[in-house]
Amino acid sequence: MTDWIDACGTDEIDEEDVIRFDHDGRTFAIYHGPGGDFFCTDGLCTHEQVHLSEGLVMDYEIECPKHNATFDYRSGAALRAPACVNLTTYPVKIEDGRVLIAI
Amino acid sequence: MGKRDYSLLGADAKRAVETGLAAAEWYHTDIPRAQMKALMQRADQPAIRDTILLYGCMIAFAGIGIALWPSWWSAPFWLAYGVLYGSASDSRWHECGHGTAFKTRTYNDWVYQIASFMIVRNPHAWRWSHARHHTDTIIVGRDPEIALMRPPDLARMIANFLGLIDAWNGWGRMLYNAAGRIHPEEADYIPETEYPKVIRVARIWVAIYAATIALAIAIGSILPLMVIGLPRLYGAWHHVMTGVLQHGGLADNVVDHRLNSRTVYMNPISRFIYWNMNYHVEHHMFPMVPYHQLPALHDRIKHDLPAPNRSIAEAFAEMWPALKRQLRYEDYFLRRDLPPTAKPYREDFHDGALGAAE
Repeated sequence: MTDWIDACGTDEIDEEDVIRFDHDGRTFAIYHGPGGDFFCTDGLCTHEQVHLSEGLVMDYEIECPKHNATFDYRSGAALRAPACVNLTTYPVKIEDGRVLIAI
Repeated sequence: MGKRDYSLLGADAKRAVETGLAAAEWYHTDIPRAQMKALMQRADQPAIRDTILLYGCMIAFAGIGIALWPSWWSAPFWLAYGVLYGSASDSRWHECGHGTAFKTRTYNDWVYQIASFMIVRNPHAWRWSHARHHTDTIIVGRDPEIALMRPPDLARMIANFLGLIDAWNGWGRMLYNAAGRIHPEEADYIPETEYPKVIRVARIWVAIYAATIALAIAIGSILPLMVIGLPRLYGAWHHVMTGVLQHGGLADNVVDHRLNSRTVYMNPISRFIYWNMNYHVEHHMFPMVPYHQLPALHDRIKHDLPAPNRSIAEAFAEMWPALKRQLRYEDYFLRRDLPPTAKPYREDFHDGALGAAE
């Protein structure tokens, strides 16, 4: 059975933005897409250990604040060097105005 | 600190990794997320305007230079063309390499490829080199882009005002890569998956230069090389003049860009050529902020930064004596005072480095 973790409220993330969520010694990035949808990936860039939550969300892409590596946060696909390794993504569901992630 | 070893494969490189100086967490001025998001926003318009102006001027200056060739009346037009080719290409390479100049990624990529060719920096190799420069800014043995090492090689710096070292090294590396080889130092920061791209671009460039040289021989004139290749030499002076100010004479082996980077107020022409990289502390602290937003970022965080130099001349007047002193005592550097409104330097992070300043 999937363990759903309550990460944040839907109103805690602006549309086209991202926040950091730490849980059980791990760090994640929770995204609010331009279509009102929510997504979750690992919180650190796969190029170097930089928190993506300080980066820029443009449409469905997140850009790392340190070296401008870019990922599609829906699939985790690395789109632009210096990232060569995809991000891990996690299932998300919304319940009662809360963002739940399965990790 | 003893004699510095700038090799990426040397003792200082190993020490930086062992001590945690490599890939460390750097100081950032606090900025609320909403303000930071606004500063990071991308736009195509400013860079399209600047790019049309840049390439338009280059075509005009080169056209007049060709029309007046071989008269000396063509010289001022070549000098103007050369600065745009051999110096503005440096900042375009830089900003488009970060992917921040344009909002549209393909526009960044096109200008990046053209600028990389003009400045003679392999676009794939140098993308990785510059990523390392931002991870480990002026960390000895880690940063592959330290322009002024200690003790500073002032003859090299002066020669580079005419591209005499860097451009030749660039062409040498182009031939090396075109032969299908990756230098061991490049292998330290370029992933293996990128090697074929490095080699392919080098071979395309060799073909362009070969065609240019062949045309020059065929028409019995260096005119084709005045347009392609030579302006990297006769137009290099501006990017070297502004580039050495970025970190020259300041601290190394620290994790606070306020200690190792310099912001200089510059005239509008230099800022156009340099694409606002005179706000260099700001750029290093927040590399995602596009060049056209750096003045706004500067206004937002200047309370937390050392006072900028007021002009290029003032910055050189500050840096030059420090470089001369480093010739005798290489641990010396300029320690920049912070205003009372700033968060102080973390002295405990920088014990080794800060002890040598005056």
